[in-house]
Amino acid sequence: MQMPHTSVLDPHSPQAQSIARLFYIDLSIAAVIFLLVTGLVAFAAWRFRARPGDPEPYQESGVRWLEALWTAIPSLILLVLLVLTAKTMLEVNPPVGKRKPDVTVVAHQWWWEYRYGDPAAVAANELHMPLGENWLLLISSADVIHDFWVPDLGAKMDAIPGHPGYLWIQPRQAGTFLGTCAEYCGTDHATMGIRVVVESPADFAAWRQHQARAPVPPSDAAGIRGGRLFAARTCRNCHSIAGTDAHGRVGPDLGHLGERATLAAGVLTNTPDQLRRWLLDPQHFKPGCHMPDAGLTDAEARDLASYLEGLR
Amino acid sequence: MSDPRATGGVATSLAQIPEYRGLLSWLSSIDHKQIGILYIASAVLFLLVGVAEAVLMRIQLMWPGNHFMSPGTYNQIFTMHGTTMVFLMAMPLLFGFSVYLVPLMIGARDMAFPRLNAAGYWLYLFGALMLYFSFMAGGAPAAGWFSYAPLTEGGYSFGPGIDYWALSLLVMGAGSVATAINLVVTVLTLRTPGMSLRRLPLFVWMTFVNSFLVILALPALNAALVMILADRQLNTHFFAPEHGGSALLWQNYFWVFGHPEVYILVLPAFGVISEVIPVFSRKVIYGYGFLASSTVAIAFLSFGVWVHHMFATGLSFAALYVFAASSMLIAVPTGIKIFNWIATMWGGSIRFTTAMMFATAFLIQFTAGGLSGVTFAAIPIDWQLTDSYFVVAHIHYVLLGGTLFGMFAGIYYWFPKITGRLLSERLGRLQFWLLVIGFNGTFAGMHVLGVLGMPRRAYTYPDRPPLGLLHLISSSFAILLALGLVLLVVNVIVSLRRGAVAGDDPWGGWTLEWATTSPPPPDNFERVPPVRSRRPLWDLAHAPPAVRDAGRAEGGGHD
Ligand code: HEC
Ligand code: HEM
Ligand SMILES: [Cu+2]
Repeated sequence: MQMPHTSVLDPHSPQAQSIARLFYIDLSIAAVIFLLVTGLVAFAAWRFRARPGDPEPYQESGVRWLEALWTAIPSLILLVLLVLTAKTMLEVNPPVGKRKPDVTVVAHQWWWEYRYGDPAAVAANELHMPLGENWLLLISSADVIHDFWVPDLGAKMDAIPGHPGYLWIQPRQAGTFLGTCAEYCGTDHATMGIRVVVESPADFAAWRQHQARAPVPPSDAAGIRGGRLFAARTCRNCHSIAGTDAHGRVGPDLGHLGERATLAAGVLTNTPDQLRRWLLDPQHFKPGCHMPDAGLTDAEARDLASYLEGLR
Repeated sequence: MSDPRATGGVATSLAQIPEYRGLLSWLSSIDHKQIGILYIASAVLFLLVGVAEAVLMRIQLMWPGNHFMSPGTYNQIFTMHGTTMVFLMAMPLLFGFSVYLVPLMIGARDMAFPRLNAAGYWLYLFGALMLYFSFMAGGAPAAGWFSYAPLTEGGYSFGPGIDYWALSLLVMGAGSVATAINLVVTVLTLRTPGMSLRRLPLFVWMTFVNSFLVILALPALNAALVMILADRQLNTHFFAPEHGGSALLWQNYFWVFGHPEVYILVLPAFGVISEVIPVFSRKVIYGYGFLASSTVAIAFLSFGVWVHHMFATGLSFAALYVFAASSMLIAVPTGIKIFNWIATMWGGSIRFTTAMMFATAFLIQFTAGGLSGVTFAAIPIDWQLTDSYFVVAHIHYVLLGGTLFGMFAGIYYWFPKITGRLLSERLGRLQFWLLVIGFNGTFAGMHVLGVLGMPRRAYTYPDRPPLGLLHLISSSFAILLALGLVLLVVNVIVSLRRGAVAGDDPWGGWTLEWATTSPPPPDNFERVPPVRSRRPLWDLAHAPPAVRDAGRAEGGGHD
């Protein structure tokens, strides 16, 4: 799968831009100090190395003003950095006030849920956002602590149960941005990928409308068989699909699964064949995840895949 | 072998000291030197264990999608690596040097409470073995070295791993507090006449300050450990948000301990550097008062910076500003020590022994670690880089490139005193270069990995160039690094058998431990030389001949 590049220094939002600027400043200061120290050490090591016949060195035990000077200068540099820090904090993640969040992010072991209000819609593992709008994300968790981090779009925010966090993001380029859970959250922490799709406001509005509607089930024979299987097996204990009696909240909503690019938070590319393989043996692709092996036959998995991919 | 002292000779190796013969003499010892050696030997053993774990991790991460280890195994391994390196390797290494050297450096015969000293060591060993027993008891802990709740609650971590983790840290924590109290009392009450607090060798001074940190910080951890054990075993809900507990409470407790802990791990290395650099530069330490008082400043400030581990938890700006400021403030007394050490080298006549080479590399690598640390104090940068590989790089620049390099300087410097034999300088140089190249090759690129979005504690990563390449480079250099660390043990074994006899003072040191034999006799000194300044042996060497001879006689030297 071709992956987009991600980097803290490749900002695609004003928030990420502010941080990158501060980072460059900090890196420049650090580079100067590092070179200074290394240079002094190297010079001293070379110039003052012992040579045969060296006299006893002069026993210099300290010069007050010099020590005061090298205390004062770093203090001043740090003071400047502190001011820049405070300024950048306000640019990146200003206090929320009474603003309602645009989307609620709910982190689960080991997948992401996105809840949009009015018209209510729920999505999983793929966050859609409109280009250019400054959005407020509410970051929460359904179980342990996770962390929402998309380097190209800016700051990260912990998802702490019982302690909601807020994050501002104003994407200024359309496209797909990748991120990952950044707080260790148990077995599959490494494979809890984030996918943010930034699209034009019109496309986003269309997606949003579509997402809010119950999906239309497929009408081909395999799809119909799959739909029956889905209802008969344990799937609905854990998954939800609007318009059916599947209301589980343990696993991702599957209502518009066919429209997502990946499966299981980025572990597999979403194709009917990959989906079939996932359903046959989820523990193989994501060892330890909370989706059990349902003991499906290959034909059943194929039918289920047709059903799920056919939901539109 | 007969007692060399009976024939007027001097022991030139530990084996020649009758009191140290036989396993029982070690198991039942209350001699601070034997206990110090036990601490150091155990720490080196666990260093090898931790390195083995690190190598396993680096194999798994060599390329994207590697199937060398399952995620469950990787998570146990990185947790055990971090816990081992911090609690089973670094802490006991520092304690080992402290209990070995402090009585000698202040001219005392032993610690104030020799039995408590032994208890501290055995508690540590018991805790350490208990932690590793978890592998056989149903699985090692897998929640990272700071084990955030609620992942550690019974509902998310089923096996007994976390219970073992908490219990063993609790046991070791009790031992650490006892040892720290012992060190404080020793320094306060057992100094030889003339050794005022202002004349303490800097290693002792920093150990002294450090002991207060241990005494004040560890109780916070111990309290949190009791709470998590209660949550798991007695169904209390301190850290369970769904029952009215708080997930952030654990973080506050842990880091109130954890940040001072970081300084606990580095201050003794500062002490070592402050002894090694002057001796090999043939100059008095530059700015003694400044080094000592800035250490006290660090100790105070280190209790006011813990929130900088929690910048991404969504706290109020008021709190964030305060802790950003305090975190930058603590960088001042820490960072400028570097200038004091450079100034000590300046104008000196520097002998680049292996010990001095490690001390020099410490200066540069610790500076790099300090600068990446300041980067995290600039909160918005922390919002990007915390919990990424940038942090992994930072930790290792501070703890490995800093603390451990400092302690290696100490090992090469004091090994002759402890054992009577010099470590091989040839192997030492080889080891030094393996470590410098291996260390920087392994960890420098991790800064870039972090900037490119690689999260820490991940058993695998997507195939997104250049992540794979950077990881492969890191893993390759890790082999050199691991070899360099193993070489220490080789050098110790070889030198114990065939090393050159050290004599009392092979480096021309100035502090009291060099005034006695190597290894020192069980009661340390026949007579302690007079202390009239910070460098008693310098005074002896530079006094007019008449005074010198009188001092020698008084000090009972035997050369
Ligand atoms: C015990 C709860 C449980 C049951 C039963 C269960 N699942 Fe899942 N399922 C999950 C969880 C949890 C995930 C998310 C896995 C992850 O990414 O960590 C998941 C993921 C999935 C995904 C990928 C979704 C996505 O967004 O990428 C599909 C498809 C899926 N399940 C289908 C099914 C089907 C079909 C069944 C019935 C045969 C089923 N599941 C039964 C819990 C369950
Ligand atoms: C051969 C030498 C070493 C190598 C190759 C190595 C490698 C690593 C790696 C790759 C990680 C990151 C694991 C992850 O986040 O997935 C790590 C974590 C860590 N290392 Fe090391 N390390 C070495 C030595 C040390 C030493 C000497 C110390 C301490 C003195 C140390 C302390 C730590 C700590 C505290 C962590 C964090 C563990 C956690 O996240 O819970 N390491 N090490
Ligand atoms: Cu997570």
